[in-house]
Amino acid sequence: MALATFLQHLLNALQWGSFYALIALGYTMVYGVLLLINFAHGDIFMVGAYIGFFIATFLLGLGAGTALALPSWVILALTILGSMILTAGVGVTIERVAYRPLRERGAHRLYLVITALMIGLFLEYLNLSTLGAADRGFPELIPTEIYTVGGVSFTNIKLIVIGLAIVVMVGLELFLRRTKWGMAMRAISYDKTAVPLMGVPVNAIIIVTFIIGSSLAALAGIMYGAAYHVISFDMGILIGWKAFIAAVVGGIGEIRGAMVGGFLLAFIEIFVAALGPSTYRDLVAFTVLLVILTIKPTGIFGVARRQKV
Amino acid sequence: MRKYYLPLVVLLLSVVAIGGSWLRIFNDYWQLVLLFMGINIILTVSLNLINGYMGEFSCGHAGFMAVGAYVTSVLTVWLFADDKVFGPPVLPAGWAIPLFPVALIIGAIAASLVGLLVAIPSFRTRGDYLAIITLAVNYIVKSAIENMEVIGGPRGFVGMKRVMNNMAGVFDAPWLLIWTFIGMLVTILIIRNFMSSTFGKGVEAIREDEIAAELMSVNTKRVKVIAFMLSCGLAGLAGGLFAHGPGGYVNPGTFTILKSTEIMVMVYLGGMGSISGSIISAIGFTLLLELLRPLGVFKWVVIPLLLVVMMLRRPTGILGNKELTDVFPKLRTIFGSEEESYALASD
Repeated sequence: MALATFLQHLLNALQWGSFYALIALGYTMVYGVLLLINFAHGDIFMVGAYIGFFIATFLLGLGAGTALALPSWVILALTILGSMILTAGVGVTIERVAYRPLRERGAHRLYLVITALMIGLFLEYLNLSTLGAADRGFPELIPTEIYTVGGVSFTNIKLIVIGLAIVVMVGLELFLRRTKWGMAMRAISYDKTAVPLMGVPVNAIIIVTFIIGSSLAALAGIMYGAAYHVISFDMGILIGWKAFIAAVVGGIGEIRGAMVGGFLLAFIEIFVAALGPSTYRDLVAFTVLLVILTIKPTGIFGVARRQKV
Repeated sequence: MRKYYLPLVVLLLSVVAIGGSWLRIFNDYWQLVLLFMGINIILTVSLNLINGYMGEFSCGHAGFMAVGAYVTSVLTVWLFADDKVFGPPVLPAGWAIPLFPVALIIGAIAASLVGLLVAIPSFRTRGDYLAIITLAVNYIVKSAIENMEVIGGPRGFVGMKRVMNNMAGVFDAPWLLIWTFIGMLVTILIIRNFMSSTFGKGVEAIREDEIAAELMSVNTKRVKVIAFMLSCGLAGLAGGLFAHGPGGYVNPGTFTILKSTEIMVMVYLGGMGSISGSIISAIGFTLLLELLRPLGVFKWVVIPLLLVVMMLRRPTGILGNKELTDVFPKLRTIFGSEEESYALASD
C-alpha cells in the first residue's frame, strides 16, 4: 500500500473513530457513575442530530435571501448550542422518568438495562412513525473545502471532527481530574454507599453526567450530519452498539479507554474494508475485539476490581 | 404421581393446540400465533438459564438461534428437497418425517458448539464484559452467514417450504407445530430438571458468588460450559423450528440484536430465574405483538412504553424469581411434589 493511500485511510479511520469515541464517552461516563449500560445512548445521538437538523433548517429559512439572513457561523454556533442543550434535556428527562424511579425501588441492575433498551426503541420508532422513514439531507452548515497535501486529500470537516474529538477528550479528562464535580463522579464510581454519607449530592452528580453524555452525543450527531449530509431514524442503532463495544474494549469507565477503543474499532473497520472485501468488515472487527477481551477481560485500560468473599 | 401433573397439563394443552390445528378448528393465523408462542417459550426459558439463574447478561441469543436455523435448514433442504444449490433430494420424502427431529438436534448441537465461543471467555470474564462478548458473537455469526454465498449470503436461504410440503405430502399433519410443542415440552423439562440437579445448584451458587462457589468445590468452569452449551443449544433448536415456519425462509437480517432484545425482554418481563414466569411472559408478549399489529409502526412506540411502565410497577418482572406455585401455594396441592403438599397440609 502506498504511503499516500495509507495516510488517506488513516485519516478516514480517525474521522470515523472520532464518532465512535464521542458516543463511547457518553456510555463510559454513565457507566462509570451508575454502572448502567445506557443502551438508549445511540438513539440520543440520533435525537441530537435531528434536533440540530430542525434548528439549522429553521435558522437557514429565517430571512433567507434578505439582508436579515444570519451569517453562517452564527447559525452553526446556535445549532450546536441549541441541540446540545435540548438533547441534554432529553437525556435528563429519560434519567428522571425511567431510570431513577427504578433505581430507587431497588430493581436489579439488569432491569435498568432492559429499560434503557426499551427507551432506545421508543425513541427510534417515535421518530419513524412521526417523521417517516425517509432519510433527511442535513443542511451544509460548514462550507466544505478540500485540501490536497502530497496526494492525500481531506476536507476541513474531517479536521474539525478529529480536532473536536481530541479537545473533548482532553477537556473531559481535565474535568474529571481537576474539578470538584469530577472528583465526586470518580468517588461515586469507587464507592456507592459511602460517598452519599460524605455529603456528595449523588442525584445531582448523576444529572450532570447525563447532561455531559447527552450533549456530547448531540455534538457527535451534528458533526455526523455535517460530514455525511444524511441523517435517518436508524442512524444511531449500529453506531451506538459499536461505540459501546469500543468503550468496553478500551476499558469501560475510562475516558482514555473510550477514545482508544473507538479509534481501534474504526482502524480495523476501515483497513479491512480497504484491504479485502468490505463485507468482512464486521466479521474481522468483532473477532479481533473478541480476542482482545478474551486475553484482557477488563479491556485495554480497565482495572480489575478486587472481589471480596 | 403428582410431580408429573405439570408436564401433563402442558401436554394436554399442546395436544389440544395440535389437534385443533390438525382438524382445522384453528385457522392458519392462529396456528402461526401458536407456533411463535412455542418458539418464544423455548427461547425465553433457555435464555433464562443464563440471564436469570446464572445472573450473567447474554445479549446475543439470536446469534445461536441463527446457527441452529441455518444448520437445520441446510440439512433438511439437502436431504429432502429439490434445490438449485444442493440438487435433488438425497433421501426419499418418506424419510423426512422421522429424520426431521434428527436435523433439529444436529442444528442444536452446532449452536451449542458455537456457544463455546461465549463459554470459554466466561471463565475469566463476568458481567458487562461478557455481555460484550455475547454481543460480538451475535455480530460475528450474522456477518459470517452474510459472507457465505453458498447458503444465500445476505439474501437469505429458501427451500424449507418444500421440505414441509414433502412432509405434509407423505402424511398430512401440522408437523412443525407438533415438533415445536415437543421441543417446548423438552426444553421446559430439561431446564426444570437441570435446575434441580447438582449442576443447577452450582449455577445458582455462581450467581450468588462465584468465588465462594469455587471454594465450596463447585467446578465453576464445568458448570458454566454446560449451562452455556445447554442454553445455546436450545436456542439453536428454536432457530431450526423458526426457519421452517411459514414462508420457509431465513435471512441473516432476522437474527439481529433486535431479536436478541426481544428475547431478553421476555426473560426480564417474566422474572429472572422463574420458568413459569418465562412461559407466561413469552405467551403474553407474543399475544401483545399480535394484538397491537393493527397499529403498524406505532406498535414499537407503544410496546416499549408499556414495558417501561410495567417495569416501574413491578421492578422484578411478573413473577420475580418465584414460580407460580410459590405465588399461589394452593397450586402446589395439584402440581407440587408430594412432600411439598404434605408440608402444606401440616401447616
